[in-house]
Amino acid sequence: MAAPLRAIRGGRAIDAATWDELEAVLLSADVGVATTAAVLDELRADVAADGISEPSALVDQLKVRLRQRLGDGDRGLHLAPKGTNVWLFVGVNGVGKTTTIGKVAAHQVRLGRSVVLAAGDTFRAAAVDQLATWAERSGADIVRGNEGGDPAAVVFDAVARATARGADVVLADTAGRLHTKSNLMEELRKLRRVAERETGVVSECLLVLDATTGQNGLVQARQFAEAAGVTGVVLTKLDGSAKGGIVLAVQEQLGIPVKLVGVGEGIDDLVAFDPDDFVGALFD
Amino acid sequence: MFEALSDRFEGIFGRLRSRGRLSEADVDEVLREIRVALLEADVNLGVVRAFVERVRARVVGEELSQALNPGQQVIKAVHAELVATLGGETLRITYAPKPPTVVLMAGLQGSGKTTNSAKLARWFRQQGRNPMLVGADLQRPAAVEQLRVLGQQVGVPVFSEATDPVSVARAALAEARDKGRDVLVVDTAGRLAIDEELMAEVGRIRAVLEPDFTFLVVDAMTGQDAVTVAESFNATLALSGVILSKVDGDARGGAALSVKEVIGRPIAFVSTGEKVEDFEQFHPDRMADRILGMGDVLSLIEKVEANYDQDVAARAEQAFLEGQFTLDDFLEQMAQVRKMGPLSNIIGMLPGVPKELRQAEIGEKELGRVEAIIRSMTPAERRMPDSIDGSRRVRIATGSGTSTSEVNQLLKQFKEMSKLMRRMGGGAAKVAKRSKKGKGGRVTPKGGTLTGASKLPALDQLTNTEDPLSALLGDQTRRTTPWQ
Repeated sequence: MAAPLRAIRGGRAIDAATWDELEAVLLSADVGVATTAAVLDELRADVAADGISEPSALVDQLKVRLRQRLGDGDRGLHLAPKGTNVWLFVGVNGVGKTTTIGKVAAHQVRLGRSVVLAAGDTFRAAAVDQLATWAERSGADIVRGNEGGDPAAVVFDAVARATARGADVVLADTAGRLHTKSNLMEELRKLRRVAERETGVVSECLLVLDATTGQNGLVQARQFAEAAGVTGVVLTKLDGSAKGGIVLAVQEQLGIPVKLVGVGEGIDDLVAFDPDDFVGALFD
Repeated sequence: MFEALSDRFEGIFGRLRSRGRLSEADVDEVLREIRVALLEADVNLGVVRAFVERVRARVVGEELSQALNPGQQVIKAVHAELVATLGGETLRITYAPKPPTVVLMAGLQGSGKTTNSAKLARWFRQQGRNPMLVGADLQRPAAVEQLRVLGQQVGVPVFSEATDPVSVARAALAEARDKGRDVLVVDTAGRLAIDEELMAEVGRIRAVLEPDFTFLVVDAMTGQDAVTVAESFNATLALSGVILSKVDGDARGGAALSVKEVIGRPIAFVSTGEKVEDFEQFHPDRMADRILGMGDVLSLIEKVEANYDQDVAARAEQAFLEGQFTLDDFLEQMAQVRKMGPLSNIIGMLPGVPKELRQAEIGEKELGRVEAIIRSMTPAERRMPDSIDGSRRVRIATGSGTSTSEVNQLLKQFKEMSKLMRRMGGGAAKVAKRSKKGKGGRVTPKGGTLTGASKLPALDQLTNTEDPLSALLGDQTRRTTPWQ
């Protein structure tokens, strides 16, 4: 996408081709037809109102508009003052929930917090072993159930253990599930209820979203938010060629902010979401 | 998958059908709508542009057919382009003259390589092969362990060692020759297309294996990036085709169209669910029909043939003919239908089913309850439902976690069904006899045809049945008879 943008910036005047190129940039970044049309309409109004005539000024104004859409929501991870904190990680299959938990655990341990991992993915073969490896790497405690067992029971046990040991936070892994499977979404509701049954407080519910996801990402976010009360998005695999433009629609339509970004498979490859960097990268 | 796209097309074409003539502006408008529909389905922008231009060329440039109205011509053009874009024919799997046939699996992280490796190995087993799975993903924690568990589920041995992926590949080849395994399915670590080091590594794995087939596993929910990914992997690995995973969600599957278009290789298999058996070969032409709301009866028939146990069918037919169809038989029939996968998948293959019905997540729960109720009955009760009095009903309801009114309803429905069967039973018996005579007709010298009489009752029965699924099932029962 670098080449067309340079062509825009280097162009003499704003013409139909310029608009086409901008549209192509946004659509190719998975921003989506509706959001793209809305942003470009705003931009046309800006051009008329402010008399923007240079293509490079136009691109800068587009960035401003996109940045506005991402809002200035709260992107921090929170701990409730009372009770045993539970951070729930949800999402469809293969987005990187387990890996993300490993990285978050390492980060929290580094901050001096004591962390208990709940191996709530009892469905996928060897998911528990995968999480156990991350527990070892990060120095977190882990509570595991049986493969095929009840995930809610695992989370319940993890909360009990964290409470008994006075741990700061439980990071609960869940099995990947397609948001269209109503029984599995129901299971997630139950899991959240059970997590809060006694001392537990779900202070974050993070939707893990793969940056390569297209327009389906919005539907995923809506369904998971409805079932589990999502507080933020972790955008994974942003180190690849995908831009993750769908999070614009997720922010705008559902008010769910991106909090973290996954940029690799290493334990430190998780960073805070920076909206300016994100918008800039759409045009790289 | 593709439902949303097919709904959009349905809307666009619905408006077209009622039009007598299409002006150039009308065509532009339709093409614009098609463009938006494709983009919203995550088809790559470049692919969309090319697609729309080709449809335009077909609609504008071609001699207008007298038989079709302008709306139909557009539909025909879109259908033809969809078939062309999706890849025409089904990829044929052939086997290396000198075994093992080697299949290399590659893709991004989380696309479903490990699960689909196991599913593919199971598929090869079903083809009568003797496959072996190879765990060459030494990157992700517990990936090999996951493969071993899955291998056990599908009954295929798993080979791996804690060295490096290239050495594993080399050792696996030797192991396969040693143990007489004729197909190797090699799972590799997920990698980003722009990670040059890891792409070079998979290139070295390929050089060692010299695979007969290299599949890229692509998540059906992938957006615009699918094209970049497919191009990079194709450049390094010369792909044979694509395995599309997670198509059981509501993804619009645009990635499928895009990938085929840019690498020129077909979608070979699709993964339709979380269970190891949720995996099938992909038929591009049929999928084009489904996108355009034309259903996919061919795949449905194949599913019925693959899953419907002929012995069970024959037993049921016998019981049916003798008017002794019990709740046990009913349960067995139900299990047969359920074996074909989620009801919603089956409904999606039927033509002309309204979208409300296609989208509803139907039946699974109800079927589960019916099954629970019957399983809470004693064998004697299942044979003689009339013996189930009030107190038995209460017990059955408690045992199955349902209510007595649900038990009552099931018993009432079954009774009515039995009545209906007894009435039809006579007719069905005649059909069966006639079709046996019909079989005799087959051995008559060339030119001998079945008489009208032997065909008509069967047709009658098909057309009398309102539900196309049961019509197919019924037909299946009859067809198996002569071979029993």
